[in-house]
Amino acid sequence: MSLDELWSTLFDFSDYGALLALLWNSVLAGAVLGVVGGVIGYFVMARDLAFAVHGISELSFAGASAALLLGVNVVAGSIGGSLIAALLIGLLGSRARDRNSIIGVLMPFGLGLGILFLALHPGRSSNKFGLLTGQIVAVDNPQLASLVVVAVIVLGGLLLMWRPLLFASLDEEVAAARGVPVRRLSIAFMVLLALATAVSLHIVGALLVLALLVTPAAAALRVATSPPLVVGLSVLFATTSTVGGILLALGSSIPISPYVTTISFTIYLVCRLVDTARHRGRRLHWAR
Amino acid sequence: MSTETVPTTVPSTRAAAPVVSVRDAALELGGRTLWSHLDLELSPGELVVVLGPNGAGKSSLLRVLLGSLELASGTAQVLGGPPGSAGGRIGYVPQQKLFDRGAPLRAKDLVGLGFDGPRPGITLRGAAKARAVRSALERVDAQHYASRPVGRLSGGEQQRLRIAQSFVSSPELLLCDEPLLSLDLGHQRAVLDAIDEYRRGAGAGVLLVTHDVNPLLGMVDRVLYLAPAGHRLGAPSEVLTGPVLSELYGLHVDVLDVHGRVVVVAGGSGDDEGLGTGGHA
Repeated sequence: MSLDELWSTLFDFSDYGALLALLWNSVLAGAVLGVVGGVIGYFVMARDLAFAVHGISELSFAGASAALLLGVNVVAGSIGGSLIAALLIGLLGSRARDRNSIIGVLMPFGLGLGILFLALHPGRSSNKFGLLTGQIVAVDNPQLASLVVVAVIVLGGLLLMWRPLLFASLDEEVAAARGVPVRRLSIAFMVLLALATAVSLHIVGALLVLALLVTPAAAALRVATSPPLVVGLSVLFATTSTVGGILLALGSSIPISPYVTTISFTIYLVCRLVDTARHRGRRLHWAR
Repeated sequence: MSTETVPTTVPSTRAAAPVVSVRDAALELGGRTLWSHLDLELSPGELVVVLGPNGAGKSSLLRVLLGSLELASGTAQVLGGPPGSAGGRIGYVPQQKLFDRGAPLRAKDLVGLGFDGPRPGITLRGAAKARAVRSALERVDAQHYASRPVGRLSGGEQQRLRIAQSFVSSPELLLCDEPLLSLDLGHQRAVLDAIDEYRRGAGAGVLLVTHDVNPLLGMVDRVLYLAPAGHRLGAPSEVLTGPVLSELYGLHVDVLDVHGRVVVVAGGSGDDEGLGTGGHA
């Protein structure tokens, strides 16, 4: 493949206006997911749950492919799978060490189940593997509506338990001493995380959910510490990744995920460089 | 309704009510009895220091009062209710555990969690919170690093934030677990003065676990000494004596006064390790 061909495979902006109009719902879906991922990502980082996100997304994938095989609603299947994973992780893994081993056990099992269901499914394989690697398909109005409903539930739930959840995430011992229901909040958060993971899966795919729920918040934490600023930047980074990724991917036949992950990784890289430069500057300042 | 109450008696009865009331209490952990027949009444404004060797159940006593450990027998009341029900009326300084370098919060955020962290939702009116946080930071001389990330502060700086966090909800009871850990002598003095000033100003009871009573000798009202062979509660001069500690440890212990500092020496060997006052002349 020549460079020219490669470029036109990656980026094809012919008939862009018509395509954009056709796939406008996908852009909206990307924006909604960006907001959800950016906000919940802050708590994922504060609670050190990046690995859990990956575990949940693999079981969510198993749920979605089971639903595909059985011919029932795929979104409902993915939510079912991720809820089971999140509750197992939340109930069995209150300590970090337990949690990581449980996730390590669940993750390959979920992936294996999902691949089994997909292999049994008689349809075309390129569509099926969209669950793993993401896809850009026309999001119809009912799909967009269900995505918005889930997003409202997740954001509303986070807003409602914002302060106690932050207290329990950052300073568990004192929070518990002050009567914050640490354990119940942890389970409630896992449920919201499961919902966010399940809906993200349908845009970026199970393998790349981390790019939406972890990378933007991790990047924001490199350049800011004030909680409101971190959340704001995290939302901005996540939305830039999803919407930017969808806009770039519109014309090509390639799944959307490499575009989203590349943008979000680039943002992370820039944030790291800014962080390093700032600290070097401060050291020089002190040395003077 | 209000005509039935006599205004003058309300403050006086409240002032007389103990902030902590422990009666004939025993605690067991892993099948072992840590202490038993413990009676402790802490009055508003009183400072009681809990001393004793490692594993004597000092921190566990605080955990009982916080409601996270159950007594094997006896009763405990905190601020007139069962342990675990007082919320922000208790300020708690946990045993020091340092924050990771990347911990996503600033000094003032940590203190702010103590102000309204347990309440649902987000902070809508931040002015009162900002005022309370600033004044708590000033009490421990931490205002100049209010906006620095917590994880990049030294152990002593983090510890002062813990003290500020425990003040910020205007508690009636302070429970402090080794609050002087990793503080240099100057900051030990500053933190103790802040605690002393707070409890006098707010009339708050203070229960403070430490391994070294010496920095506190000037301000402590009573000492609770928890030891393997029993416990003793009383004024420092009554408890920190050779005969009393010899009885508590079940071996000969000398208590020396070295320029006003208490030094505990076991068995005449000069080895005071593990005896719990940790005084070094």
